[in-house]
Amino acid sequence: MGSEGIAFYLFAAIAIGASLLVIAQRNPIYSVLLLIASFGALSGLYVLLDAPFVAVIQIIVYAGAIMVLFLFVVMLLNAPHEDTEFDERVHPLLRPGPMRFGAFLALVLAGELFWALTRGGDTGAFPGGAVTSVAVIGRSLFTDYAFPFEVTSVLILVAMVGAVVLARRDDPRERRDRGGA
Amino acid sequence: MVTLNHYLILSAILFAIGTAGVFVRRNLITILLSIEIMLNAVNLTFVAFGRALGSADGQIIVFFVMTVAAAEAAVGLAIVISLFRHKESLNPDSFASLKW
Repeated sequence: MGSEGIAFYLFAAIAIGASLLVIAQRNPIYSVLLLIASFGALSGLYVLLDAPFVAVIQIIVYAGAIMVLFLFVVMLLNAPHEDTEFDERVHPLLRPGPMRFGAFLALVLAGELFWALTRGGDTGAFPGGAVTSVAVIGRSLFTDYAFPFEVTSVLILVAMVGAVVLARRDDPRERRDRGGA
Repeated sequence: MVTLNHYLILSAILFAIGTAGVFVRRNLITILLSIEIMLNAVNLTFVAFGRALGSADGQIIVFFVMTVAAAEAAVGLAIVISLFRHKESLNPDSFASLKW
């Protein structure tokens, strides 16, 4: 096993372990921080896949922007613990009934995917000639994918307006003023 | 030797973890985090296939997936904040009524 194999298994172990801990934590702040660790490991995997551009935007956009947004909301709501009808001492992953069934379904999904992927035979090593250049990606993005790229900007605008409208505090006094005007 | 199958199996495991999180957890923020895990598993698949096919398209799709994930997180968290103002709770079971 070469150094690439060691790095792959190291990053894969970090990604899987951190993701498991994300769904096993009671406190959402720890969940968010562990997810950042998982994204860091995924970024390392992207480097192994000769995709440095994706690795960098994984860190900057995902770990840097989206996860900080989550962290802001967790701290803003200040609701660290999961309130359910279940006993607080029972770990969230060990609760009875429909949730256990959901976990079972997820295991079945993992088994199906594993079965489908392992029976196809070995795909062999990756071929040479990976696209690593940011210039090539950028050229493709602004020529072949120019229309989806522009649609993306509209999507972000809609999401921004939607987030502002949804999270705005609906003040009754303000509404009366508007009605009277 | 690390092959395409290794990456696909890792991605399948991560996707299943995300699915389990959505089913098992009863906290809106953790459910959104589980959705992010699933989106990242799919991103890994795209990059691995793009590498195997020697094409840049996988990385470009990942770019779009990340944009959609950012928009989804912004709107989803705004909905969570507005729900929390109404009920002081993050448990999705407490949002069962259609009107309040």
